[in-house]
Amino acid sequence: MSENTHSVTPNPNEFMDDPVLQNRSRTREFFKKFFQRKTAVVAGCFILFLIIIAIIGPSIAPYDPSAYDYSAIRSGPSAQHIMGTDEFGRDVFSRLLAGARLSLGSALAAVVVGAALGTILGILAGYYGGILEALVMRSSDVLFAMPDILLCIAIVAIIGPGLINVIIAVTVFTIPSFARIMRSATLSVKGSLYVEVARSLGCPDRRILIKHIFPGTVQSMIVNFTMRIGSAILAASSLSFLGFGADVSAPEWGAMLSSGRNYIGVADHLILFPGLIIFLTVLAFNLFGDGLRDTLDPKVK
Amino acid sequence: MTEQVLLDVRNLRTEFKTGRKQSVTAVNGVSFQVRSGEIVGLVGESGCGKSVTSLSIMQLFRNTNGRVTDGQVLLKGKDLLKCSEKEMRAIRGKEISMIFQEPMSSLNPSMRIDAQLIEAIRLHTDLDKKAAREHALDMLGRVGIANPAMVLRSFPHQLSGGMSQRVMIAMAMCCDPTVLIADEPTTALDVTIQAQILQLMRKIKEENDTGILLITHDLGVVAEMCSRVIVMYAGRIVEEAPVEELFACPKHPYTQGLIASVPKLGSGVTSLPSIPGSVPDLSLMPEGCKFAPRCSKACERCHKAEPALFDLGGDRKSRCWLHEAEQVKTDNKEATGA
Repeated sequence: MSENTHSVTPNPNEFMDDPVLQNRSRTREFFKKFFQRKTAVVAGCFILFLIIIAIIGPSIAPYDPSAYDYSAIRSGPSAQHIMGTDEFGRDVFSRLLAGARLSLGSALAAVVVGAALGTILGILAGYYGGILEALVMRSSDVLFAMPDILLCIAIVAIIGPGLINVIIAVTVFTIPSFARIMRSATLSVKGSLYVEVARSLGCPDRRILIKHIFPGTVQSMIVNFTMRIGSAILAASSLSFLGFGADVSAPEWGAMLSSGRNYIGVADHLILFPGLIIFLTVLAFNLFGDGLRDTLDPKVK
Repeated sequence: MTEQVLLDVRNLRTEFKTGRKQSVTAVNGVSFQVRSGEIVGLVGESGCGKSVTSLSIMQLFRNTNGRVTDGQVLLKGKDLLKCSEKEMRAIRGKEISMIFQEPMSSLNPSMRIDAQLIEAIRLHTDLDKKAAREHALDMLGRVGIANPAMVLRSFPHQLSGGMSQRVMIAMAMCCDPTVLIADEPTTALDVTIQAQILQLMRKIKEENDTGILLITHDLGVVAEMCSRVIVMYAGRIVEEAPVEELFACPKHPYTQGLIASVPKLGSGVTSLPSIPGSVPDLSLMPEGCKFAPRCSKACERCHKAEPALFDLGGDRKSRCWLHEAEQVKTDNKEATGA
């Protein structure tokens, strides 16, 4: 074989008019475009900051988030407690820092699991079509017909309250949006020529799905992923606020809001700061998602 | 004839479902052979069933509602239409490969060239990654890429069209298939690159004794490349002939029209002759000869009954009533000769 190959290797000068294009990095172009969107960059920095807080938050908190201090109950923001203390004298700032892990973590877990399941269902539905597609898409439609938060409450009502169950509920309402997006992305990618080429080379379905179709659909998933984290945080906090989620004494943002609600007018800082942080977090994820979409979408320049 | 018949398509009929109980026939009664070491041209206007024929051979109807309803596709005597999807997977890429019209979109944009080539190689061989990489490098050299190592590390968007088509050819040829179907491989390329790619295909044919089915609507490409030509019209073969004879004396009026509509250098014609009308809608096929409504020589008989593909001897066939008489003559000659 090698001998044969050697004899047929053409003169390298023969095809010199057909050059390889200049190496240009897509990643670099992406970042260049993304950094032009200032709001998205700010949102991204804020998200990064939140993630760092979620990782190291409890260790940098000035007070133990669950330590009672009966000498300072519901005291307003001061030099000692920059966000004040709650009805048991616990430091609100420390609790918010500690809560980042719970709130972000549960939202992230729910979205990751929901995205994975939704993606698998969506790709299979888009690729194979038929009964599977009808089944997946119609059940998504059913789930879509219900408002997110009602659906979550219904699920939690069935499986019982608790943080894990809230994560399950949020996962369930995350699945259909991914299934739908991935199905349509799959439909467009599976008609592309390179999938046909892969098939003409004898590539088995499983390989085509993983190697050729999935990478082509990731882009449309990423945007939904960031957007969904925002709404998952909101849903998880809402459920905790309603008393379905984390234990009331846990430093979860929604739960803090819920217990602070009793003191509206007496100690406004108890709802102001948790509310503000939930608001900012969701906003940041949404703005970041918007920026990503604008950068990734070739139609928006 | 020492050449071995590699691909033998017999009476192929492919239908596309258009409704619950409706379907249109895109390819009807197509029969031809591809022998080893020969390039057969398949010519015709857009929508005449050229590409559907190639898809039928490869059984690539996954995303469509097309189906081969009749006929045989024999690859070295084995009927591909009777193979299961699993058997077909083992044949595609190994026994019979395909290259497509648009090289730029034939390669997966999210994978490096090496990953794609190695994938194609390892699908049909037991080579490990390293050996497959060696082979890929080898193949890129064989298709005339000057710096294979660099191309191997590139992503498809970093390559030019001609370069991508070379990579595609390398990918299609990496398991030494016996038959290569090239579906308008040069349509999307510059003329100079086109010439190089055609030359490369000819080289591959000579080295590996591959049978190539070249699908094109470019008669210039046919004249340069093919030894035999099949002319298709409205899903049927209307003429088959060795390439010199086809251009020297086209038999079927459609072929005559096609050849007449190619501009000739220095002939000083101000307007090119063209065939009036267009290919009939697949669902509204005329009765009789499908070309009759556009044919200047059509007589009453043409509108009533469809002619068969008359064998005129010497590898020539024509689907026109005008040549019915010739067929009988050659038949007799052969009969007396044998």
